[in-house]
Amino acid sequence: MITGTAPAGAEPDAAHLSAPGPVFRPEDHRPERRRGLRDRLGSWIDRHLKVLFIAPSVAYIATMIAFPILYTVYLSLTNSQGAVTRPFDMVGLENYTHWLTDTDRFWPATWRTIYYTALALALEMVFGLAIALLLRKSFRGQGIVRAAILAPLVATPVAIGMMWMLLLEPNIGIVNHMLGNLSLPRLGFLTSPGQALTTLALIDVWQWTPMVALILLAGLSSLPDEPYEAASVDGASRLQQFWYVTLPMLWPTMAAAMMLRAVDALKSFDVIYATKGRGGGSEHEVETLNILAYGQSFEFSQYGRASALLMIFLMLIVAALAVIHILRKAGQQ
Amino acid sequence: MNTVTTLPLPRRRTSRHRLGSTLRTVAIAVVLAVLLLPIVWMVLASLRTTLDIVDPQRFLTAGFTLDNYRGVLSRYNFSPFIANSFLIAFASTLIALVVGAPAAFAISRFHVRNATAFLMLARVLPGVSLLVPWFFLFSTLGVVGGYPVLIGTHVFVTLPFVVAVMAGFFTSLPEELEESAQVDGLTRAGAFLRITLPLSVPGLATSAILAFIFSWNNFLFALVLSSQQTRTLPVAISNFTAYASVDWGGLMAAAVVITLPVILVALVAQKYVVSGLAAGATKG
Repeated sequence: MITGTAPAGAEPDAAHLSAPGPVFRPEDHRPERRRGLRDRLGSWIDRHLKVLFIAPSVAYIATMIAFPILYTVYLSLTNSQGAVTRPFDMVGLENYTHWLTDTDRFWPATWRTIYYTALALALEMVFGLAIALLLRKSFRGQGIVRAAILAPLVATPVAIGMMWMLLLEPNIGIVNHMLGNLSLPRLGFLTSPGQALTTLALIDVWQWTPMVALILLAGLSSLPDEPYEAASVDGASRLQQFWYVTLPMLWPTMAAAMMLRAVDALKSFDVIYATKGRGGGSEHEVETLNILAYGQSFEFSQYGRASALLMIFLMLIVAALAVIHILRKAGQQ
Repeated sequence: MNTVTTLPLPRRRTSRHRLGSTLRTVAIAVVLAVLLLPIVWMVLASLRTTLDIVDPQRFLTAGFTLDNYRGVLSRYNFSPFIANSFLIAFASTLIALVVGAPAAFAISRFHVRNATAFLMLARVLPGVSLLVPWFFLFSTLGVVGGYPVLIGTHVFVTLPFVVAVMAGFFTSLPEELEESAQVDGLTRAGAFLRITLPLSVPGLATSAILAFIFSWNNFLFALVLSSQQTRTLPVAISNFTAYASVDWGGLMAAAVVITLPVILVALVAQKYVVSGLAAGATKG
């Protein structure tokens, strides 16, 4: 029974169980079976295997997370600033009221964060689904295509920022050169305050659409065939099959991809920082909550203020996840 | 696989089918062009003189030069940063495998779903929110800028990946293998080490590759916690823009130097990367 279910790779280990004749048992050939320290240690480990195996990972992550969260809550109620060791006082909710009444930096940064995330997420889902459907059927050169679309998402974000800075440079960049050839107006892209945030969201789309496509492709390939057979017997068109069969069945996978991308887009940092530097440009035009929090912490050493900002930011992330979770539940019904 | 095509089709549909597959080929070509041409352009620019880069007319016809790479390696001295990035990514991947694989095994065999959900918190929380307290703690301990701190914080990036990918992989391995090994006198931990782990090489490779890539690409942790000596490539390259902003050739060479290792790894281990990303993503 045991050997019957074992996969081919396991044969060297399991073969002797089904072999006719005398069964080889390792313990028969051991010199002397001492119930020594080693055995007792072995059985003790086995009894506590679950805890022993999981504890290091959980303990590590817990330490790295629990201390920061508690400390951030604490710091957010203080006026800690300057040197790390400098003494500070409790100021209550002052930092929170500071940010929530700050229409100069905080609210614009919040709207930018939401705009960037919503734009990137919407385009990534649409394009990702389109690419997944495009690559769904097998075709010649499939392996090469799937390998090629990996390139943007494994490339180092900082290098991607550099790359787009050159491509989108207003005077020497090839994109503007091509726009000029098509007699279209040249654009400022990253350098123009009005366009920079949208440009960055589109770079995010360029970088992460392949990820969404790969996730949805995995989801598509695990869908059962029967509903399609039933649909085509009923005479459903391709479009109807997509709308009434594919989309509902793929919905859980889409929600998972959305969650992942929403979280990462909300906390985007590398490309924004690499292309626009500290403060999100001369007019803070691309300053998202993450960039603002970084600046408050590590450039101005306003640790109290920054901690309050981070707590607000965390709540925004939790809210975004809750919305997607509700969407997922709604889509399943 | 596709059951629709196995049904007998009316004849007049074939020309439509041919048109469809041509359209599909064109669409795939467009997708590939949009995704890959920017990277090709970056590589080309890294092989051009700055004079040729700033003039799009000359760009395509100009000759190749390796001067930008020489500049990056000698004049700007990127070699130590390359070594730092390798060391930190390698060490944090190794630690994540050693700590994460047993955890994933226990999670998959004892169905500890809460533990997975908890480890995924590491993916959800923004790095900046962790860095302020980390910075306070490590400064007080006087260890900021050291390799242990950088490796230790990068494990934070690599560990959730390893656990997510390996938990999925172990679940796909039949438990009977370990049970029969235990019948043969191995302890449960011994069965894991001698039977399960050797069979898990593809899963370990997948998670190692992904962990390495994401540690290599990480920017924020080293930006705050590294010193001049322990600086990683992404941090070095972002500083580079500040003082060499007109040296486009050098900049592109640096960008290629940093992306080349991960793109090569991804191309060579394409199958593993795709399955790992899909598994790691949907577990989140």
